[in-house]
Amino acid sequence: MSFLKVSDLKVEFQVDKKTITPIENISFEMNEGEVLGMVGETGSGKSLTAHAIIGLSSLVGGKIGGRILFDNQDLLMLSEKNMQSIRGSQIAFIPQNPMTSLDPVYKVGDQIVEGLYKHTKINKRKAKQQVIELMGSLRIPKPESVFQQYPHQLSGGLKQRIVIAMGLCNNPRLLIADEPTTALDVTVQAQIMRLFKEMALERGIGLFLITHDLGVIAQVCDKVVVMYAGNMVESGDIETVFNTPKHPYTKALLGCIPHLGMKQGTLSAIDGNVPSVGTYPSGCRYHPRCMHSFSPCQNNIPELMQIESGNRVACHLFQEKNDC
Amino acid sequence: MVEIIKIEHKPPWLVILNRFSGNKMGIVGTVLILCLIFVAIFAPLLEPYSYKEQNVEMISEPPSFSHLLGTDDFGRDLLSRTIRGARISFVVGVLSVAISVLIGIVIGCIAGFYGGVVDLVLTTIADLTWSMPAILIALLFVAIIGAGLESVIVAIGLSYWAQYARLVRGQILSLKSAVFIEATKSMGASDYVILFKHLLPNSISPVIVAATIGIGNAIVLEATLGFLGMGAQPPTPSWGAMMSNGTAYLFIAPWMIIFPGLAMMITVLGFNLFGDALIDIMDVKNRESI
Repeated sequence: MSFLKVSDLKVEFQVDKKTITPIENISFEMNEGEVLGMVGETGSGKSLTAHAIIGLSSLVGGKIGGRILFDNQDLLMLSEKNMQSIRGSQIAFIPQNPMTSLDPVYKVGDQIVEGLYKHTKINKRKAKQQVIELMGSLRIPKPESVFQQYPHQLSGGLKQRIVIAMGLCNNPRLLIADEPTTALDVTVQAQIMRLFKEMALERGIGLFLITHDLGVIAQVCDKVVVMYAGNMVESGDIETVFNTPKHPYTKALLGCIPHLGMKQGTLSAIDGNVPSVGTYPSGCRYHPRCMHSFSPCQNNIPELMQIESGNRVACHLFQEKNDC
Repeated sequence: MVEIIKIEHKPPWLVILNRFSGNKMGIVGTVLILCLIFVAIFAPLLEPYSYKEQNVEMISEPPSFSHLLGTDDFGRDLLSRTIRGARISFVVGVLSVAISVLIGIVIGCIAGFYGGVVDLVLTTIADLTWSMPAILIALLFVAIIGAGLESVIVAIGLSYWAQYARLVRGQILSLKSAVFIEATKSMGASDYVILFKHLLPNSISPVIVAATIGIGNAIVLEATLGFLGMGAQPPTPSWGAMMSNGTAYLFIAPWMIIFPGLAMMITVLGFNLFGDALIDIMDVKNRESI
């Protein structure tokens, strides 16, 4: 049973009396214990989608449309007060940059305890005990001494683990991680990713992972959602999407990954840039850069359709076939 | 496995002390302030004579061995009065700045955090207060609540809050969008927790610096009010009142105006040097060495 169901999510902002919609037509589902990856270029609306789910500050002044069903209750209908009790306890969020995600004036341990206190009635010593155990399970070496340290005394990998601990301390059911490894180097990235995968399996946490790294997606995710310019272009099981990508953009993205043993000069790139919000082209937003674009692409917005292989694709190439 | 960066564990006060020791002007300022605090606390023990005891036979005497700084027009010992004046200045400086900072923090926090109309109204009020000379506002308040030491403290406190409010508002505004605030919010923290547990402690260090220098300003303002006869009422010796009193005897007994003036100058210099040193020490750019 899907415990997070996002349908027709749309975010609108009023800028200088003009309405801009950075994200539109976002629909996906995820189950408990499942890892869903959202992939896309910078500015494709991945972070905004996450912020919309948890209702965070970047949405101040924005209008959210659609439905976000979490355990059959619509998060968009909840009051700020009820949302506060869900944030951190049911749904936890791991922000983009671990380097700046910790308050510099508190010891890291106390910051985790603070999150624990907010949602769980527990005495001080027990809370500390529990946090140190959690830190240990995240393979933080010498958790007792790290507990007493300030953020600037820790390395990036350790800070990321602390931030993950903050997210996990209340045993959330859904963990949203917004590019959790972007600020880290590759070796640490791999460790953190493995940690995430274990967390999802052991604790049955649904993990919503945002990244622009297809390698990361391939490693840990069960399902993938590909974003382009604020729209979903393709989604489906990881094997299906990676083995038989349908949307030209997904194909192009996968074509951009270098492989070992590739011949010189065969690495491809997608021409052009992602259009910025407000300058989205009409019709399919990818059509100016698409190699397969034809007349309907310029005027009609393609709808997300289920196709035989199990993927859901928003592309006229496939809609034509369905129409026939 | 990730290695912990090994850091020598020095207590924070030692780190600050270390950095202070490299700053000569800071040391001078610290010593001057410590002297002032010492004199203010032990004033009754340090005074060679009573500060209010009049001696008709010793009117306007120049400095001598029995009266090191001379006497005033009532024959009172100037050294004793200057020492007692240190206590008044210190109390007024610290308490009035405490009032300003408190008002400033509350208003700055609300304005910076809630923004919008609230911010507009509060900022406008602060700017209006800011644009009027502090002495004018202080005089206005003293006129309303009456002369005397307590009203001077309140008046100075009410005339200097705007700069702290603006400072805190600016800090809160820039910190509000910091990632760690977003992280705190995503943990389910309420506005109250975000504002007072996370935003405020992170924005306090420039306020401490400004407050230190502000104490110097407050002491000058107190002296000015005293000079105009609005401050501490006689026989309580305030440096400003003593100087005001001395103007009448400027050419007959210049020591009556010189010594309280010098005392005030040294005190204000001490606070300014200390404040400047604090700026260098608390400056984020110099912070890597923590």
